[in-house]
Amino acid sequence: MTSLPKTPPAKRLGLVIDLDTCVGCHACAVHCKEWNHGGLPGPLTDEDPYGADPSGAWLNRVHTYEAVDEDGNSRTVHFPRSCLHCETAPCVTVCPTGASYKRSEDGIVLVDEDKCFGCGLCAWACPYGARELDVAKGGSGTMKKCTLCIDRIYNDTIDEEQRQPACVNTCPSSARHFGDLADPESDVSRLVADRGGYDLMPELGYKPTNKYLPPRARPVQTAPARELADVEAPGGFLGWVDRMLGG
Amino acid sequence: MTDEPNIDLSQPIGDEVKTTTCYMCACRCGIKVHLKDGELRYIEGNPDHPVNKGVLCAKGSAGIMHQKSPAKLTKPLLRVGERGAGDFKEIEWEEALRLATMWLSDIRNTDPRKLAFFTGRDQSQALTGWWASQFGTPNHAAHGGFCSVNMAAAGLYTIGGSFWEFGEPDWDHTKLLLMFGVAEDHDSNPLKAGLGKLKGRGAKVVSINPVQTGYSAISDQWIGVTPGNDGLFILSLIHELLRAGKVDAEYLARYTNAPWLVIADPGEADDGLFLRDDDGKPLCWDRKREQAVPYDDPDLAPSLKDGHVVNGRRTHPVFHLLAERYLDERYAPDAVAREIGVPASTIKQLAAEIAETAFEQEVVIEQPWTDAFGRRHERMVGRPVSMHAMRGISAHSNGFHTCRALHILQILIGSIDTPGGWRYKPPFPRPAPPPQKPAGRQGQVEPNTPLAGPPLGFPQGPEDLIIDGDGQPLRIDKAFSWDAPLSAHGMMHMVITNAHNGDPYPVDTLFLYMANMAWNSAMNVDATAAMLTAKDEAGDYRIPHIIYSDAFASEMVAYADLILPDTTYLERWDCVSLLDRPICDADGPADAIRQPVLTPDRDVRPFQDVLIDLGARLGLPGLTNDDGNPKYPGGYSDYLVNHERAPGQGSLAGWRGADGTAKGKGDVNPNQLDAYIANGCFWRDEIPADSRYYKHVNQGYLEYATELGLIGAAAPVILQLYSEPLQQFRLAAEGHGDIQPPEAHRARVRTYFDPLPMAYPPFEHAENNDREYPLFAVTQRPMAMYHSWGSQNAWLRQLHTSNPLFIGRAVAEQHDLRDGDWAWLTSRTGRIRVPVKVMDGQNPHTVWTWNAIGKRAGAWGLDPGAPETRQGFLLNGLIDELLPEQPGCYRYGNCDPVTGQAAWYDLRVRIEKAHAAEPHEVSPRREAQKSFVRGAAK
Repeated sequence: MTSLPKTPPAKRLGLVIDLDTCVGCHACAVHCKEWNHGGLPGPLTDEDPYGADPSGAWLNRVHTYEAVDEDGNSRTVHFPRSCLHCETAPCVTVCPTGASYKRSEDGIVLVDEDKCFGCGLCAWACPYGARELDVAKGGSGTMKKCTLCIDRIYNDTIDEEQRQPACVNTCPSSARHFGDLADPESDVSRLVADRGGYDLMPELGYKPTNKYLPPRARPVQTAPARELADVEAPGGFLGWVDRMLGG
Repeated sequence: MTDEPNIDLSQPIGDEVKTTTCYMCACRCGIKVHLKDGELRYIEGNPDHPVNKGVLCAKGSAGIMHQKSPAKLTKPLLRVGERGAGDFKEIEWEEALRLATMWLSDIRNTDPRKLAFFTGRDQSQALTGWWASQFGTPNHAAHGGFCSVNMAAAGLYTIGGSFWEFGEPDWDHTKLLLMFGVAEDHDSNPLKAGLGKLKGRGAKVVSINPVQTGYSAISDQWIGVTPGNDGLFILSLIHELLRAGKVDAEYLARYTNAPWLVIADPGEADDGLFLRDDDGKPLCWDRKREQAVPYDDPDLAPSLKDGHVVNGRRTHPVFHLLAERYLDERYAPDAVAREIGVPASTIKQLAAEIAETAFEQEVVIEQPWTDAFGRRHERMVGRPVSMHAMRGISAHSNGFHTCRALHILQILIGSIDTPGGWRYKPPFPRPAPPPQKPAGRQGQVEPNTPLAGPPLGFPQGPEDLIIDGDGQPLRIDKAFSWDAPLSAHGMMHMVITNAHNGDPYPVDTLFLYMANMAWNSAMNVDATAAMLTAKDEAGDYRIPHIIYSDAFASEMVAYADLILPDTTYLERWDCVSLLDRPICDADGPADAIRQPVLTPDRDVRPFQDVLIDLGARLGLPGLTNDDGNPKYPGGYSDYLVNHERAPGQGSLAGWRGADGTAKGKGDVNPNQLDAYIANGCFWRDEIPADSRYYKHVNQGYLEYATELGLIGAAAPVILQLYSEPLQQFRLAAEGHGDIQPPEAHRARVRTYFDPLPMAYPPFEHAENNDREYPLFAVTQRPMAMYHSWGSQNAWLRQLHTSNPLFIGRAVAEQHDLRDGDWAWLTSRTGRIRVPVKVMDGQNPHTVWTWNAIGKRAGAWGLDPGAPETRQGFLLNGLIDELLPEQPGCYRYGNCDPVTGQAAWYDLRVRIEKAHAAEPHEVSPRREAQKSFVRGAAK
């Protein structure tokens, strides 16, 4: 078993994902794969990449769901899914070797691959399905997961504005936001407050750091607020136009 | 525990970083490519780049796997077996180029038309079109004819601009955005960024689309129109706005042809044309002077009243004709609701919302400006309703009029290039229509002689058609003929059929670049493959030579005789030119280059280099010096710097002049490419603040654009509600003028060349019995593969390896279909077995699927058992490139009658559940192609 930090980290770095804006383009997922394939948790090996059953390790995937309300109005929601960096992360406490750990400085949950032997307990313990074992031929056999791009966000060799997770930098519709959710004044905390950001499956008590912003209420089919009225003018519409022009 | 591992968090990304331009789709984002030990490490968006401002989509991020694809061609190939069998031998470049030169010089010495040179997703049309002109063949076009020429032509003839590369919503000020037929496509990243911006500001997004995916899924209102009915929907909105007087009368009077007088003299040769003065200027009625005066008279007080008789001629103002037509009850929401599949209340609500936003919430920018008539305005007033539209409304046989109707709607509310509306991107606006005419008319095609101009252009009357004295087509695709007079992008989808049939004449060589014409770019796939391999009585191929250039082993490769393998986008010089399809934004012109970031590890050459080499070998005037030596021995990069299209104007607008300080126009700068590289491989200029709106009539902008060489002269672009060129063609069909359509075409031209937008059902809808084929079928590309040349990509194919047919719940219940079931889909052309998935968010009468996932076994370096070949399918096989045969009648293409745009989305089908015992596999499954790429799977 592995322990969580004794005192809760002062910072809680995480993502805020806006489901009202996510168009489901997979930019975040592929960019994540690209950065991390050559980064700290890489390589993220692919199995049978040009064959009948291609698969591989990804740290971020986008799922698409369709929901229908009681009036029969449907709505498609695109749902990006990655590690939520929980406060009481079960994937850490379940780890038999200390490989899975939560950083005391900023709350990021990582895997120390030197200590991981690929037992998969952490993936089993995670209710969010956020971990993937690199089981492909030539793969490391160790557990892979979102690092919040820890090798970007503190990287002095990268321009300061770019020191964000790769998925946030690349998101074309700005549906992904990164910051310190422990700081109520941070942009991400404000977004969560303003937009009713919520936890995934809060009833489990793992206190995810990442938050999701719900799709805004929208007029799927609104009745006309007020129908346009006919122009009332001598000569009808054309008479009206001529008068508008000073005729 | 505090024994957290010590991680090095500041590792440099790589050891070298180079900027260039992405080519994973047509968006052309700026990228930074990080290399480590000479290998690709990481590709990211360039934060400074005007297109993507640092973001990058799924395709762009998968560029690494594009480069590593086993499907890359590795050496020139010469066919040794039967065409289509995929038996090739590798040859050296010298042999390949000598062979191509031999074939092509024979053609050029005798009849240059016998070369049909067509390019697909090519983005170097400024080069390829010019090369075709130099060769002397009119038979050139790119893929616009089967993409969105309805959109482009309708826009250019109406407002001198269009959507995508031509313009964009005013993302910073618009309050209501209407998207028509926009799938997850053009233009990929800027559109997503713009939608993000609107969401952030709380602006409303409405999507009119049969399918609620992608952008439609996040829209605030989704209107699931029945395919092919957008035109009627738009005209109904116009009906509502007119009825209520919700139009911008001042804008109409000043900046459009609304007050221009149209001659009303039925039966006469000038009926329906503008009444003009002796200088040819259209006239308007001045209500103060009570006489007709030229439209550009600065003191004009225009009247829109009807019934003025001028010089003995009866006239109607354009606006009178327009209002009379659309105020008709035929366009009332209650009259059209059933046909278009949208409740009348929704049409009324949307019209009311457009009116309210445009006229109660106007946007004002406190910025004085002067219009082209010399009037000074203290502020810029705008109508914050913007529109965007794409292929969904374009790829129908009624798409031209639909797209024109949409521009009319924009014009009526005064939202063309006003704050909050839709804005031109330079080099647009251009005159409506632009002045270029297609070259290749009778007498303009001679052996060993360049064409008099570009092969594509904008006809303004029958005299501009490319036809012979009998009215028969002179281009192999029949573009600019009576089949489709305004086919401004050519008709690539007709080339193989016509070449096979020798109609209007046989060709010798079909030369294709990046166009998968044997698969997903062909209608009626099997018939196309059969035509590519067909032989005549003598046993010779009906299309004698096929040359093809591609970087990958696409399905088309097996059907060519000579393969010229291309590089990837990371291995070559390239250009995103203002002469071509530019990357400007509404606030400034821009262009860009690609620089080689990697050296090819195989024996391939950039197609553009090959084309320049071939041109020199053929002795084309523009590509050789007087002494016969190559003019651009350094290849494409040499050409990019040194080629001048007009004095001082070349491929690139930035850093011109010997010292690199000129922009737009200037002498050749030998260090120009270095200047681009130093600036991240792009150039952008900023339009002055007083010139950023009302560009079509803004004197400051028109002068700025002329100075930069974006337009020829600083003349205002008057928006054309009524299109006189269309009336010119209609008059010819009515028996006027020297050039008239042959009898067989007369009725069609008379009907569809209506100078005001009309609504009619797509031809397939009319031809087909609703009972026999009750469903509409459309496709779209998934975002992660939109416009990409390489969906075999190892990462992207983990997102999509198969595609179901999405069906509505009512269809599912009617046919007892559930997710995972298989069904037969039948059109008048073909029958395919496909997997189905039930989806609620779609028009109930429509089925749809993701396009371009299905592949032919053996192609693209994939394992022959890949899901793309078993559970992936195309609808192409169900679509005929011709309309149904009718006894005694000429058989037209399955196209728009005005522009020739391929009517992909007119498809009608029926569905039946497949028998439980049938295999869960698409049918028909074509025989596997031989894989001839070295790195292919298994």
